[in-house]
Amino acid sequence: MNHLTLAAGLFLGAGSALAETPVLTVYAPDYFGSEWGPGPAIETAFEAECVCDLQFLTGDVMPRLLLEGARTKADAVIGLNTDVTKQARETGLFAPHGQDTGDLTMPIEWTDDVFLPFNWGYTAFVYDNTKITNPPASFEALLNSDEDWKIVIQDPRSSISGLALMLWVKSIYGDEAEAAWEKLALKILTMTAGWSESYGMFTDGEADMVLSYTTSPAYHLIAEDDDTKSAAIFEEGHYFMAELVGKIAGTDQPELADQFMDFILSEAFQSIIPEGNWSYPAKLDASKLPEKFALLGEPETAIFYSEDEAAALRDPALEEWLSALGR
Amino acid sequence: MALRAGTVSVWAGAVSAALVLALTLGTLGAVVWRAEGFGGLGPRDWGYVRFTVWQALASAAISVALAIPVARALARRQFWGRSALITVLGAPFILPTIVAILGLLAVFGRTGIVSEVLNWAGLEPVSIYGIHGILLAHVFFNLPFATRLVLQGWLSIPSERFRLAASLGFSASDVSRVLERPMLRDVVPGVFLVIFLICTTSFAVALALGGGPRATTVELAIYQAFRFDFDLSKAALLGLVQVMICVVAGALVFKVRLPSTSGVGLDRVARRWEAQGLGLRIQDSVCIALAALFLLGPLSMIVIEGIGGLFSLPISVLEAAWNSVWVTVVSTVLCMALALSMALAVSRLSAGAGALVEGIGFLTIATSPLVMGTGLFVMIFPFADPTALSLPVTAVVNAAMALPFALRALVPAVRDLQAGYGKLSASLGLSGFAWLRWVAVPRLRRPLGFGAGLAAALSMGDLGVIALFSNPEVETLPLALFRLMGAYRLDQAASAALVLVALSLMAFWVCDRGGRVNVDG
Repeated sequence: MNHLTLAAGLFLGAGSALAETPVLTVYAPDYFGSEWGPGPAIETAFEAECVCDLQFLTGDVMPRLLLEGARTKADAVIGLNTDVTKQARETGLFAPHGQDTGDLTMPIEWTDDVFLPFNWGYTAFVYDNTKITNPPASFEALLNSDEDWKIVIQDPRSSISGLALMLWVKSIYGDEAEAAWEKLALKILTMTAGWSESYGMFTDGEADMVLSYTTSPAYHLIAEDDDTKSAAIFEEGHYFMAELVGKIAGTDQPELADQFMDFILSEAFQSIIPEGNWSYPAKLDASKLPEKFALLGEPETAIFYSEDEAAALRDPALEEWLSALGR
Repeated sequence: MALRAGTVSVWAGAVSAALVLALTLGTLGAVVWRAEGFGGLGPRDWGYVRFTVWQALASAAISVALAIPVARALARRQFWGRSALITVLGAPFILPTIVAILGLLAVFGRTGIVSEVLNWAGLEPVSIYGIHGILLAHVFFNLPFATRLVLQGWLSIPSERFRLAASLGFSASDVSRVLERPMLRDVVPGVFLVIFLICTTSFAVALALGGGPRATTVELAIYQAFRFDFDLSKAALLGLVQVMICVVAGALVFKVRLPSTSGVGLDRVARRWEAQGLGLRIQDSVCIALAALFLLGPLSMIVIEGIGGLFSLPISVLEAAWNSVWVTVVSTVLCMALALSMALAVSRLSAGAGALVEGIGFLTIATSPLVMGTGLFVMIFPFADPTALSLPVTAVVNAAMALPFALRALVPAVRDLQAGYGKLSASLGLSGFAWLRWVAVPRLRRPLGFGAGLAAALSMGDLGVIALFSNPEVETLPLALFRLMGAYRLDQAASAALVLVALSLMAFWVCDRGGRVNVDG
């Protein structure tokens, strides 16, 4: 056993050198913690106000948490999605966030006292506005359009945005969802396991539209100074997705974890989100958003399923999806 | 003395086989243990199993069927740039799937070159999406690998045989019957098995080019169980189904295969007197040209897309490339140690026991990377921080994943070595390192180099088991590519992909070339 401890110590050498500074371990999705995500800027901003070392551990957050159970090293978890919180809540690993969510800048009211949203967005079909000049104004118009548009989507079984689309269709069409999927199937070029492949196929010109977010054009506008990408805004409304933070109840750094939860809704954190994660901050006045965010299309209606509804609908909606597209 | 050396190599092979078993069945067992049992499979899941087996059989059959004429053409012809062509043709095999998909689409997609040309000629454009798209992609990946292995089989026929055949006045069809078919009967089943197995674990390609849930493979169902349902027990059961497919396929192939030893020669370049006719020359040229066109088209598109941004790549991508080089070196050395020890053991064991060891070597490609990663995580987590081990774990897993390919290159060669030189070595009392130094390494240099080249290239391109192990501060090149793509930076990702392809090819070339010093081939 001593050998193992020694070996573990060697591998964790970097960590133990900083042993005097308390470490706050936060699990995050890979894109979040990577150099291109918001993680590094958030780490710098938080470390400026805490005497601590904030470490993001990246990977598949939920499976990892479920595997580790109560022995998890995490003090907090960031990047959970609203459609999978039921399973996360049922682990019993999370403690209340203790934040006031009365004045968030989100289109829906937030009353959950365990999971705290830090950013949000809408799923949408993104297109090239130099090629499509008459974008559909509603989901119904898209389904019934005579145009030979080819769309690439993500598979709901492997992708969170694909899952959101499935729930989006279910919320608009209810019992008619299967028929809607059959119509949409004629326009679906193909589907990919993840968002990246889809988006790559769109920017390469292979597909006319891609399932993404209403905020995707912001990247092209701001980072590339390219205004040719737009999101089609539908009358029926768009499916709302928020990304969440949760505090682990069994954390050995309870004060730091609380400080981190306080930090989430602060302006220092929130102002990193628009250009760090290309989505809307959960609590930041519109006047403080980057100027070009005003150019983004904004849906009139936010469609959102509570976690119980989403959990109850997932399996039947997937059955409909499979039978409509499996033909 | 020889007996003792034999015992040592059998033991080394057994240890390697045990390590492979721990990585495959061991990790699966860890997942089962964590899940506290197996879940159940529904009718849909069995549909996925049927589709998986079917598309893999078709992909492997087409790849091998096309590889034989191409390899024969390459074996019979010498031309300027032949060796460079053979090296570059190996590139598709090592492409990360996401890069390969975009490369294929640039040629065969809706707005790809082929459709543009058809449009221009006033014809209907082709659609790549569907079962034919999956087969096209799988053949694109695997044809080069199959060609290389079959070509190696051809080159292992001693040139003296062709000389003898010529002096006996053999026609091309006589040569084929007496020399080539027995070689193919030995080599082809193993190649078929490897490609079949690699296609059974395909999912991103199958889904993207298959066009929808009809193209669901078992591996995608494992993803669903893991990420959508969080149902480990079902993931474990599906993982077991994959292993069973491997076991059944392996048993069938070992039954069909007719091991032959082509005997020993003096390693001269084979001159082919029987194949000088104009008809055969045209046939061979057409085979080589078509294969080159098919494989180089998408590769060229990857180069074109990536070359513009090459000098604006962020420094972190170069650091990632450096990490990848190290992971590759470690995993190649490990992979070759495993492969050589197992191949030596196979050649010294009885036919049944040898087949078992060889079969164990195949398990790693039939094991779902997701199941392997999860199992390793479950095994490591109680003792150490898995994230801190991300690079060593990636190296070990990549070595295991490349093992079947290295074994394919080594096993027939070691068997020939044993049959041709075993008695002589024994009578000279050559054993141990002296035997390795003077008999084995010089004779096995070509397959060792080729096997190491494959292992290195594969390891460079493989994402490994990052789902649970990734560390934001330590990344490999495929992971950097994946992260760039996830952050809208597709142009930089295309350049990173080009760097990856170049490094993989270079790794392959260095190893393979090392194996061909002084040997024209």
